[in-house]
Amino acid sequence: MTRVFVPRDAAALALGAEGVANALRSEAAKRDLPLEIVRTGSRGLHWLEPLIEVDTPKGRIGYGPVAVPEIAAVLDAGMLKGQHHAKCVGVVDEHLWLKRQTRITFARCGIVDPLSLKDYEAHGGLKGLSRAHTLGAAATIDAITKSGLRGRGGAGFPTGVKWKGASDAAADRKYVVCNADEGDSGTFADRMIMEGDPFLLIEGMAIAAFAIGATKGYVYSRSEYPHANATFTAALTIARNAGLLGKTFDIELRVGAGSYVCGEETALLESLEGKRGQVRAKPPLPVHEGLFGKPTIINNVLSLATAPWIMTNGAEAYAAIGHGKSRGTMPIQLAGNVKHSGLFEAPFGMTLGEIVDKIGGGTASGRPVRAVQCGGPLGAYFPRALFDTPYDYEAFAAADGLIGHGGIVVFDDTVDMAAQARFALEFCGIESCGKCTPCRIGSVRGVEVIDRIVKGEARERNLALIEDLCRTLKLGSLCALGGFTPYPVMSALRHFPEDFMGAKRAAAE
Amino acid sequence: MNERSWNPERITEIVSAHAHLEGPLLPILHAVQAEFGFIPRDAIPVIAKGLNVTRAEVYGVVSFYHDFREQPAGRRVVKICRAEACQSMGGRTLAERVLKHFGTDWGGTSSDGAVTIGPVYCLGLCSVAPAALIDGEPHARLDMPTLVKAVEAKP
Ligand SMILES: Cc1cc2nc3c(=O)[nH]c(=O)nc-3n(C[C@H](O)[C@H](O)[C@H](O)COP(=O)(O)O)c2cc1C
Ligand code: FES
Repeated sequence: MTRVFVPRDAAALALGAEGVANALRSEAAKRDLPLEIVRTGSRGLHWLEPLIEVDTPKGRIGYGPVAVPEIAAVLDAGMLKGQHHAKCVGVVDEHLWLKRQTRITFARCGIVDPLSLKDYEAHGGLKGLSRAHTLGAAATIDAITKSGLRGRGGAGFPTGVKWKGASDAAADRKYVVCNADEGDSGTFADRMIMEGDPFLLIEGMAIAAFAIGATKGYVYSRSEYPHANATFTAALTIARNAGLLGKTFDIELRVGAGSYVCGEETALLESLEGKRGQVRAKPPLPVHEGLFGKPTIINNVLSLATAPWIMTNGAEAYAAIGHGKSRGTMPIQLAGNVKHSGLFEAPFGMTLGEIVDKIGGGTASGRPVRAVQCGGPLGAYFPRALFDTPYDYEAFAAADGLIGHGGIVVFDDTVDMAAQARFALEFCGIESCGKCTPCRIGSVRGVEVIDRIVKGEARERNLALIEDLCRTLKLGSLCALGGFTPYPVMSALRHFPEDFMGAKRAAAE
Repeated sequence: MNERSWNPERITEIVSAHAHLEGPLLPILHAVQAEFGFIPRDAIPVIAKGLNVTRAEVYGVVSFYHDFREQPAGRRVVKICRAEACQSMGGRTLAERVLKHFGTDWGGTSSDGAVTIGPVYCLGLCSVAPAALIDGEPHARLDMPTLVKAVEAKP
């Protein structure tokens, strides 16, 4: 019986992986070829999806991208023995794109059966939790602090410090909340973990709960991720049946309802409580008064999913990797108009240019790369002139940008940067929770001002006005939705002023 | 989508089934919409009563979240991503053409009731853009013919 792996990751499904799995089953049956199909997450080489892998004595050999009509030919070429075919990419572990990575958080994703707890343990799962139990809560928090792990949701706040805060707060009930709202365009790493290695998130949350003394955890996911939610729900049931959850700690999945601002941690808490997703004023900090007024840590999926590795391998091992104050690895998500798109986990410190040109291989369209937006819709647009910026929190901040949740969206030379700046303001207006005026009203005014600039109406005055408006948004907004919208707007204006000169570049899209 | 017609008894049942949860309102609204295809205006007082909150509070939540519909949708629901990664791969033009093809605007339903097209801001399919969800199923690297074919295919 040959084992064949076919991803069930949403990106693979979106490219026809379900049909590929079915065709594989029926074509193999027709040929009397015995095979067992294992559905996995994705390895992250998304330009090769659907990527089929075959277990061979040489290792897992990949074929991709494979379409349904090709299945018969690939089988006839001897796929089950790992034999050559035009779509064969060789031993997947030896693929240069994977070889160049340092897979810590994504060590298992795409390899294991996401819903086999046995597989999870066989690949090193649950060791971190048991190590935490051995060390005790205080030493666990200490390890997370010493590892240098910073929040992967965007703000880069030290995870250990947050845990310590909640641990020190006395209360009859505490919560661990996982932020799986992943609303940033260009990001999908949380989704990949929930679909490809859900027990990792469960283990990470269990470690966090043990560390701070929480009994209940919530994962706040999004309605845009139906497959991730289904897989994660199934994983929760398996974990509960295995006794991993339900004794001292349990987790419940909650699903948002199409609101970007609910990814902001206090809006998320409001939403979990069943209210409108409006941002809360801080203080009080959630670690003191969070969900239902109880001490709560809110962490991104990736922050939590990295805790098990740190506990298993030690804080020093994690802290030994990285660049400057950005320790460890970042699961970088290469998206948009890029040739080699997908998930690339690497230590901090590569330059932006290396990531986009060397790893990403330039654009998918084959045209020159003109701009990349880093860190989601609130992140800056970088021109090629800034491609020597090292990928770390401080270096990006110094370049008036942000790393955010690790998304990099590539644009070719047909992009109209005035349209991108306009969209950033429009998006802010659409998603504003309405609580503060700069964000609610300023965004709408901003769209009008950009339109006037592009039309050439009182250019100088309107350019000064947009700058002033951005300052107001930055300083006067209650949260980073309004506060960071100036990043994409001002970076577009600063680095691509020629696009704001009127009809010249219009009609580009 | 083939909605069953709603009735207050069923809403009360849904509310009771979720009563044990902390902060049950969003799960209740999702369950109501999953069953009936939208949140009927007259269901709001029933939910409010069941949770012992005001109608205004429930309505405030329904109106805040983009997902909750107050009218039934078309037979198929298409959510086209409008966010940046999809824009970089021609998503804007694609969306305009699709809306025109079905003769509707964002959030609208084609006149024959076949399809409702809504905007969505990122589906996590940014590496295989442009993307859309059709009745909850992901579709990627879309162009006009592929998307129209997928929408018009038998569910
Ligand atoms: C408008 C807005 C949207 C956000 N969306 C997310 C999100 O989708 N996922 C996330 O983890 N953090 C998001 N954040 C950041 C959270 O507020 C918070 O910093 C984070 O969840 C903390 O977890 P971490 O320390 O592990 O990063 C968002 C912030 C803002 C202002
Ligand atoms: S931007 Fe369209 S799927 Fe992410």
